Amino acid sequence: MGLQAYLTLAAVIFCIGLFGVMTRRNTIGILLGIELMLNAVNINLVAFARFSADVTGMVFTVFTICITVSEAALGLAIVILLFRTRRTVLADHLDLLKG
Amino acid sequence: MTDLGTPALTALLLHAIAFLVLAVVVPLRRSGRPAAIVSILCASGSLAAAIQAWGTHGGERTSRLVWEWLPSQGQTLATVGVLADADSTMMLMLVGLVSLLVQVYSLGYLSDEPRPALGRYYAYQSLFAFSMMGLVLAPNLLQLFICWELVGLCSYLLIGYWYQRPAAARAAVKAFWTTKAGDVGLLIGIILLWRQSGTFDLTELRVLAESGGLTAAGLSVITFCIYLGAVGKSAQFPLHVWLPDAMEGPTPVSALIHAATMVTAGVYLLMRTSWLFALTPDVLLIVAWIGAFTALLAAVLACVQDDIKRVLAYSTVSQLGYMMTAIGAGFAGAGFFHLLTHGVFKALLFLGAGAVIHAVGSNNLSQMGHLARRMPQTMTVFVVGTLSLAGIPLFAGFLSKEEVLGAVWEGGLVGPFVLLMLVAFLTAFYMFRVVFLAFFGAPVVAGSAAALASGPRIAHTHGHVEAVPGGGHVNEPPHAHDPPATMAAPLWILAGLSMIIGVYFTFEHPETEFVSPSWLMPSAVGVAAAGILLAWATYQRRAIDPGTFTTMFAPLHRAALKKFWIDDLFEHVIAASVLAFSRAVGWVDRYLVDGVLNALSAWTLTAGDDMRTMQSGRAQDYVYGVAVGLLVLLLWVQFR
Repeated sequence: MGLQAYLTLAAVIFCIGLFGVMTRRNTIGILLGIELMLNAVNINLVAFARFSADVTGMVFTVFTICITVSEAALGLAIVILLFRTRRTVLADHLDLLKG
Repeated sequence: MTDLGTPALTALLLHAIAFLVLAVVVPLRRSGRPAAIVSILCASGSLAAAIQAWGTHGGERTSRLVWEWLPSQGQTLATVGVLADADSTMMLMLVGLVSLLVQVYSLGYLSDEPRPALGRYYAYQSLFAFSMMGLVLAPNLLQLFICWELVGLCSYLLIGYWYQRPAAARAAVKAFWTTKAGDVGLLIGIILLWRQSGTFDLTELRVLAESGGLTAAGLSVITFCIYLGAVGKSAQFPLHVWLPDAMEGPTPVSALIHAATMVTAGVYLLMRTSWLFALTPDVLLIVAWIGAFTALLAAVLACVQDDIKRVLAYSTVSQLGYMMTAIGAGFAGAGFFHLLTHGVFKALLFLGAGAVIHAVGSNNLSQMGHLARRMPQTMTVFVVGTLSLAGIPLFAGFLSKEEVLGAVWEGGLVGPFVLLMLVAFLTAFYMFRVVFLAFFGAPVVAGSAAALASGPRIAHTHGHVEAVPGGGHVNEPPHAHDPPATMAAPLWILAGLSMIIGVYFTFEHPETEFVSPSWLMPSAVGVAAAGILLAWATYQRRAIDPGTFTTMFAPLHRAALKKFWIDDLFEHVIAASVLAFSRAVGWVDRYLVDGVLNALSAWTLTAGDDMRTMQSGRAQDYVYGVAVGLLVLLLWVQFR
């Protein structure tokens, strides 16, 4: 399979993730969407690294995975705190910054 | 050459020194009498120098003493200095004499003033004398204009000397504004003349004018503009309205500024530039007619005034009209002669009136009467002044008035001549009306003493008035007595001068540029005598009821009481135009300036309000925004 197949897969996953982020009402769902988008980026990085015979992309991917994990941990912590204070995790109820 | 101008320069600078010392050394000024002494000493020195200057410049000798002032492109644009000749030194002497006498007189007249106010008064007096002398001696029109404005300023300051009184403050502003209206004309005239001739210098201009170097085209406009300045300063119709109001100032000020010197500056200016006016006979005709009309108008107004100072003020306006008519007839010398004699006897009349006011505590004729017994000295000098003004032989005004009339007749101006003859009659009538009412008849209004104590204008004589038991002995003004020596001496000096001038010129006719017809003198004297006789019959013998005149000339009388509505007209026109202008400006401010600002702020508010809704507070909306923005960017990069 060529590079395009990987890139197409990554693009599809990115769009699914973006769609999830924009449409999900549940905050945990949004976090999942973000996770998908990040992984789509990872696929891109690995694919480029492999096809251009350069390990830099793979090293970057390791970093990204680390950041993703910490991001997920932080995000979930925030969601739990949100639920404790606001008794809801629905994104469209969380509009305290409304102008 | 330069040595001859020195006395004139000294006379000028002594007053400047007095003013500077009084202005800078504050403790001296605030000390009152010492300040007055300094000012009077300088004034005496100045008078001595002026007499010396006159002595050296009799005849045709002229001396110039000028310094470069404004250099421009290698040559001098303007100079300052003195131009002393027979006319200017003569006028210099009059200014020096009257200002010295008035300063001495003021010592007595204003003796009750607070010290700082007295010091201020003398500082103004010195400044005035300096400016007036600077005007008289000006070698060029620019210096003349500067001094012209300075005397106007001093007039403003001295009319408003009692600035706590609203009437005085208003009169000062009115005088300043009205004369300023004419001054604008003068300034325009001077600049136009400079554009045409390239010089401000009077001597050069004269040479140019007499050699025909000035083109006649446009010259009428120039001379008319210069005449406008004289109209304002010398209180010609229709700008005469400020002079009667100027009587709100202290009486010595009226004598100096508004009778003898400053108001005659306009006549002097026309006399100084008579060679220029000679080129424009049409403007001279206007000068003559307006002068004669002013003389008549003011004389009629003087007949109905009850305020002794206002009678004198209108008579000044009237006599200024005389001088102007003579100049308009083309004989500036006759006008100048009348200016000089008038300066002496009108100052005398004002100072005499001041003595009466000082003693009675009121300006009102109806509260005077029987003063002849109480104040024999004042009565004597006042009658001398009155006879001079009426033009009776042996008195100062006699020959000068004759000359004016002769000049007007010789100039072929029959209309103004008739008007002036009428004025001569009226002058004698209203002046003797004052004499009979104030000095001989009984007070018209009973209870005058009681009315005095509440009068507003007696601040300076309060000490006298309060001593009177209210309404006790009302027939005669209380405590009326001849003035103290400082006031009496100037009166006697001026009266003596009036007599000397009168007697001298009655027997020793000066050579004139024209020969008056032989019937002129008897008829002029006859007219004056008729006026005196009528006043005597009306106000002394009471053979004719003054009421009959009132009914005979009812419309005229009513109009005269309203000052012929000229003041009202000015007030309304000015009030209306100023108000209309302010309304227009107010509209622009309210609707244009404010409107733009209001619209801008309103737009900002609504725009902010509308755009606020974009901030929904929901994180997902922002993601939308970012995503759409990114998409648009990508598309733009792709397809641009």
